[in-house]
Amino acid sequence: MEARIPTRMGDGSIARMTRSEIRADVEAGTEAAASRAKVPRLETDEIDHVVDVYASAARFTGVDLGDEVILSCDGTGMKTHATRQQDMQSYEQWMGADLVELCVGDYSLKVVRTILPYEAQCLHDAQLQMVVPMQYGVMPNLGLYSKPDGPCDNWNELLPLARIDEARAAEEAAIEMAVSDMVNLADAMWEAGADGLDWDTTGASGDPEFLAALRATEIVRKKYPTMGVELGMAGEFVLGTHSQLEYDGVRLAGLWPREQMRLAQKAGATMFGPVVNTNTGKSCAWNISRALTLIKPCMSEATIPIHPNTGMGVGATPMFVHPPVDAACRSAKCFVDILKIDGL
Amino acid sequence: MGSGDPLGGQGTHTQAAGMGGIRAAGDLVARMQMTCGMRLKEAKQYVAEKLGVSTFDLSDPAVMTDVRNEFGFGRIHSYAISHPGQANFIESKFNIARVLDVPVNCVERFKDRTGLN
Repeated sequence: MEARIPTRMGDGSIARMTRSEIRADVEAGTEAAASRAKVPRLETDEIDHVVDVYASAARFTGVDLGDEVILSCDGTGMKTHATRQQDMQSYEQWMGADLVELCVGDYSLKVVRTILPYEAQCLHDAQLQMVVPMQYGVMPNLGLYSKPDGPCDNWNELLPLARIDEARAAEEAAIEMAVSDMVNLADAMWEAGADGLDWDTTGASGDPEFLAALRATEIVRKKYPTMGVELGMAGEFVLGTHSQLEYDGVRLAGLWPREQMRLAQKAGATMFGPVVNTNTGKSCAWNISRALTLIKPCMSEATIPIHPNTGMGVGATPMFVHPPVDAACRSAKCFVDILKIDGL
Repeated sequence: MGSGDPLGGQGTHTQAAGMGGIRAAGDLVARMQMTCGMRLKEAKQYVAEKLGVSTFDLSDPAVMTDVRNEFGFGRIHSYAISHPGQANFIESKFNIARVLDVPVNCVERFKDRTGLN
């Protein structure tokens, strides 16, 4: 009888599976991604490697010496344990962060607009006392531009009422406001000395939000040619909450990671962060296989660095507030070994 | 990568796959990715060539500590390894910009505001 190996489910709980069961999950994960996104399945040797990584009882694993990658460390300056500046210093001095990010706890673009000079001052002062590159991060979070939080009609209330045209008009108005706020943010942060910006969880409000990030990126690239722009996604698939929006002649609703990456690159992003959300009801072996399959097509086409997201609940890291170390390190190893990613 | 829980996220990925930031040359390679959009292989080769080391060395603190000292790139500061006579923080970024031949925004701002430009 095959031995049962402790492994993880997508919610972080332990599951004891045989090697054959883990292999079956890996094969099912790549099949699920391939059939849904119309991309190639993982190759046999890649599946074998994923099975080796996940069918191990080792507490920890890592990449081979020399294969290390850059960690883009979103959200490091968020007042986790000290001041925001001290948090970033801790990540630089103690945690081996390759870059750090100043941000506010809410992390939404709209909440920064009224405190922008204060945020820029914080970044300016922190830059004097740090070595690693520093970016300013927000999530566009277009939903905050709708009522009751913002001035636009709420498209999430209009859509169920079949008031499609009004919903689309509200989304289009919100796009303009978000682009304006993103560019104002870039202006202030560039003046303060930022190395880059991070548009994080882009597309959480669907195709209008992705369009806002692309348009803002294009403007920032023209205004500040050497300012970094990391464009990270919210999910593997761009939801069509508007569904008619296009960028550079490409309809945004329904795009998968490779097509998202093409547009981010075209707009002028210097780093792209694809996301594949973790399915909590499936094993981490199933989830990593699906994530690798969906992101793999990015790797051969990209001319900019690709940093798959591997925080809580994405990239086969469990959807649990304190991700188990054994699961997170296996995700990192598989992304590096199989996709040859540029960073995490 | 979303850092989230510092140990489960950042700490784990640093140990499993990270270049180590200023313990080695992670910040230097990151700068080439962020500012110039270089992919990892290209960024590692660029930095290694500028520093006269191999790409393998870039993740090795045993090598890079001396290299960082030599170029004045800043180091981890602690009571045990105080180095008040060496460049660190904004000072070290002047050296990084010069040696890597890469624009560093805050260095340019510093020059503007202090009459150095």
